[in-house]
Amino acid sequence: MAEATIVRVNSLAAVSRDSANPPRASLAVLPDAAKLVFRGRPPSVGAAAEAFGVELPQTANRFSEAGPRKAYWLGPDEWLLEAIGQDSSELFSAMAERLASHSCSLVDVSHRSDSMEIRGPMSEYVLNHGCPLDLSERAFPIGMCTRTILGKSPIILSRTEREVFHLDVWRSFSPYVWLLLDDARREFLDDESARSPT
Amino acid sequence: MRYRLPAGGRIDRDKPMSFHFDGKKYSGFAGDTLASALIANGVHLVGRSFKYHRPRGIMSAGADEPNALVGVGNEESRYTPNLRATQVELYDGLVAESQNRWPSLSLDFSGANDLFSRFLPAGFYYKTFMWPASAWKKLYEPMIRRAAGLGRAPDAADADRYTQVYGHCDVLVVGAGPAGLAAALAAARSGVRVFVCDEQDQMGGSLLSEREATIDGQAAADWLEQTIQELKSRTNVVLLPRTTAFGWYPHNFLGLCERVTDHLGPAITKQPRERMWQVRAREVVLATGAIERPMVFPGNDRPGIMMAEAARTYANRYGALPGTRAVVFTACDGAYRAALELKSAGIEITAIADVRSNPNGRWIERARAAGIDVRPSTVVTGTYGRLHISHVDVARISGGSAGHPETFACDLLLMLAGFTPSVHLFSQSRGKLVYDEDLKAYLPGESVERERSVGGCRGVFDLSTSLADGFAGGLSAAKAAGGTVAAEHKFSVFAQSLGRDGFVGAPPSGGGSRRTRAWVDFQNDVTAKDIELATREGFRSIEHVKRYTTTGMATDQGKTSNMNALGIVSQTLALPVSKVGLTTFRPPYTPTTFGAFAGQSRGELFDPVRKTSIHEWARENGAVFEDVSLWKRAHYFPRPGEDIHAAVRRECKATRESVGIFDASTLGKIEVVGKDAAEFMNRMYTNAWTKLEPGRLRYGVMLREDGFIMDDGVVGRMSPDRFHVTTTTGGATRVLALMEDYLQTEWSDLDVWLTSTTEQWAVIAVQGPNARKVLEPLVQGIDISQQAMPHMSVQEGRICGVPTRLFRVSFTGELGFEVNVPMGYGRGVWEAICAAGREFGITPYGTETMHVLRAEKGYIIVGQETDGTVTPDDVGLAWAIGKTKKDFVGKRSLARPAMSRSDRKQLVGLLTVDPKIVLEEGAQVVADPSEPVPMTMIGHVTSSYWSAALDRSIALALVQGGRARIGSRLSVPMPSGPVTVEVVQPIFYDPEGKRLDG
Repeated sequence: MAEATIVRVNSLAAVSRDSANPPRASLAVLPDAAKLVFRGRPPSVGAAAEAFGVELPQTANRFSEAGPRKAYWLGPDEWLLEAIGQDSSELFSAMAERLASHSCSLVDVSHRSDSMEIRGPMSEYVLNHGCPLDLSERAFPIGMCTRTILGKSPIILSRTEREVFHLDVWRSFSPYVWLLLDDARREFLDDESARSPT
Repeated sequence: MRYRLPAGGRIDRDKPMSFHFDGKKYSGFAGDTLASALIANGVHLVGRSFKYHRPRGIMSAGADEPNALVGVGNEESRYTPNLRATQVELYDGLVAESQNRWPSLSLDFSGANDLFSRFLPAGFYYKTFMWPASAWKKLYEPMIRRAAGLGRAPDAADADRYTQVYGHCDVLVVGAGPAGLAAALAAARSGVRVFVCDEQDQMGGSLLSEREATIDGQAAADWLEQTIQELKSRTNVVLLPRTTAFGWYPHNFLGLCERVTDHLGPAITKQPRERMWQVRAREVVLATGAIERPMVFPGNDRPGIMMAEAARTYANRYGALPGTRAVVFTACDGAYRAALELKSAGIEITAIADVRSNPNGRWIERARAAGIDVRPSTVVTGTYGRLHISHVDVARISGGSAGHPETFACDLLLMLAGFTPSVHLFSQSRGKLVYDEDLKAYLPGESVERERSVGGCRGVFDLSTSLADGFAGGLSAAKAAGGTVAAEHKFSVFAQSLGRDGFVGAPPSGGGSRRTRAWVDFQNDVTAKDIELATREGFRSIEHVKRYTTTGMATDQGKTSNMNALGIVSQTLALPVSKVGLTTFRPPYTPTTFGAFAGQSRGELFDPVRKTSIHEWARENGAVFEDVSLWKRAHYFPRPGEDIHAAVRRECKATRESVGIFDASTLGKIEVVGKDAAEFMNRMYTNAWTKLEPGRLRYGVMLREDGFIMDDGVVGRMSPDRFHVTTTTGGATRVLALMEDYLQTEWSDLDVWLTSTTEQWAVIAVQGPNARKVLEPLVQGIDISQQAMPHMSVQEGRICGVPTRLFRVSFTGELGFEVNVPMGYGRGVWEAICAAGREFGITPYGTETMHVLRAEKGYIIVGQETDGTVTPDDVGLAWAIGKTKKDFVGKRSLARPAMSRSDRKQLVGLLTVDPKIVLEEGAQVVADPSEPVPMTMIGHVTSSYWSAALDRSIALALVQGGRARIGSRLSVPMPSGPVTVEVVQPIFYDPEGKRLDG
């Protein structure tokens, strides 16, 4: 009985299954990743970067990446470390060992959030249904990330390409976020009467 | 058609459209508004007035329309009341109806109000509906409610979809008339991001009705076309037609409502009906234009009496003639232009009555040359016609009063007292308005926000100056927004100036003002006489006059009436207008739908519905859910035929006798990590943490600075520098924010960091004497025997192959575990535990059973036993206060004498003498039920349940000096009468706690 394999359930599975996907703002669920929150002061930050293999940005609201790993600046002493396709326990143990001599905090939050992507020329417009930030490239360039809100949900938003944004959403909020974006992009299912607002 | 010109205008004669008004079928063309189509069909009577039910017609051609309010939509779910017919775009199949009439528009019984109008003076409501008080509920209120409001609210749910989107731009131009378009061109050419919004379906404002003027050598219409093409071709410009800027909020944040599909009719579309833009603009250019001001004269409200510029618009833009034979009453040159153009369109202009003693200039000369009878120093003193104007009395003024009138037959009376600049948005932005004596208008003065007004809304009316003003405003906005300022442009304009004359207030009229009625506010039926009466009764401030008479308080916010009302107050009090003041402009500029404000927040998107990873299992297994903050929690799991009581009784019994399983995943969780973690915990919680060993749990209590309980929860020490903190479900965010606040502002020296792990961990409570037997075969690397894992301990290992933090903890009083696993595995592990527990009859239970089980043990729930005024000692938690600790949040407040008074409300148990009675939660506790009401209340019931284990009711209560009353009897008044209760210790089941070890 103890050998039964426990399957990880993504809370976006149900809502993402049935949604139509207009190419001008397509939504996709991103694969599960190992996610750790690192918090600490300068000497340990360097050690964490070394242990993770990716530089921890010192500039506010920027993320850095190396291969399948990303480090998001979330605050002056807080980074979200993301490693796609890696087992979180292994990553946690490996990093914790190398940080053992430092006073800092490393917490596994791999199951706390789901990740999704919005892609296409109308991504900014669709995200602005609920996200009050200026998402133009001038104000929100590639490589930027921030905690913000989408409607009534907190999110972490990052821009990976000109027309691609990633959202990290706490899992109990992620169906709401998906449905809100899905509702906002509905107008692009109707290209005949759709008026491009930009 | 008699009233439709054979050619011209901006309607599409190749696209005829049919529509219904009050059940009758008419036809119009694409490009018509409902108002222009009705006028082209000779229909002017479109509504009844608010108070007197007077027949009313279309008066204007835009947002200022006070009379022509209609209900539109042929299905209840898409019906919109109170739309201005002048702004409703025609579509094929449109169905509209008039309002405020019964049984029909031409025969309306409430029209009797008009006959008794002298009994309905200003302040009528205040004067009449006073006594007797008993008449309020049965008579006055229903009467006022019936009379109030013009339209009828639809009673079906709105079938349309609405969205809200944030927009960001460098320059927002509000209004796309000549000044706005010039500003947009200037800003667009400067390379900044430009939004241009205009409330009409086509951009162009006054240019849409222009016949004569030329700009840069082109006809105005051609220049307009070319300008819009240029703006459209620029990628830095967003053009938003059909979009009303309705409100100005702090820091250049404007609300714009875009009507996306109304003009399409009930077409199938994926577009929202309306899109609310919330725009943050670096700079704003207001080019909101000006509104025509009516003349105030006796009988000025009949159908067929219309604003002169509106009539011009109907003829020039829509090819619709508002009449055949017109008299004009004016105080400015604008009416002459209208008269000349309407004359050339085929309307006979009988006479122009001009209050000015010596009107002169190019327009007057042209009117005279065209053979129009121009009469200076002349006023209209009365009108005739029941449902449409038929005659008008015109008299010459001499010595300040009107002489003997001459009567003219007509079917159209045009009026124009001048133009009132639309300063609504400027005023909303808190800018100061300044009265211009010369123009007789309030104009924008000093700005508060980063904005500038251009064109008509700041009194720059002529086309040439307006274009230049707009362009300069656009350049200055672009510059302020950091753009590369484009080249200057000098417009070469041919257009005859309309001058700056105008009239505010009521010109002298024949017959004395006391017996005649000259309307000032058409929508709220306020006359010049009402305003004069208000001033006679002592109201001097315009704010008081407004509220007493209701002038300017209708849905049009006094667009056509405010200035005339001010003028009349100024005339009666012999004070300059600027001393009378001006009422405040408030959003929205025009009525805005609830749908637009609600946006996407309806149905499943009204609020996020937070669900745990075990939620679906609970749903599939028949759980009834309850809302706990944004979470859905399983309340109970009824089996077929069971009500809540039966289900909870069964769930309680199963848990006490064998084993129950409960989803506690919604508990807030915070990981507190760092070498100073224990010190931080010492400061945040009342308890002492330093000596808590890794692998052990402790129940923690957190206070606010005032010493009252804020939150509680079980805390596990995972290692010397790592705590796994749990909070209440509703308190998670609050607690994390408070902790972070202290760390950042008070204790930045501590090496400790916080991370929310609420959603990282699913929590499965397995409770009951057989709990260990259920879990034993599932865990790996954890010895869960009594010796290795006593009550209040924690171990890390694996369960069903996934990582776990296994807590040995009980909120039921039974042997219990809380299995923490990564959230995504929650359901899988839950199902595995259920399978393993089948042989023990494992029973899922909900929050109700959890509440009963903990109440039997006297465990408090923060927010139920506490209400923000309860100290730890009040609820028997004095033991949780670390007595030797130097400090913790709330410690100092606990030392105040009032916090240790013996008569504070204290937690006790209550047992009803009749064990079958279950008290009501929230019921008051009294010592003497024979006391007259209101009795002396000494406490209240906080929790009350039927206890299956005790086979009787139990209750917890906060009672003054409660602990000293244990053993005595008190009384709880209930709807059925007072219930006698015995005060007992707040613990009903297993007081020795033997069952915690199974």
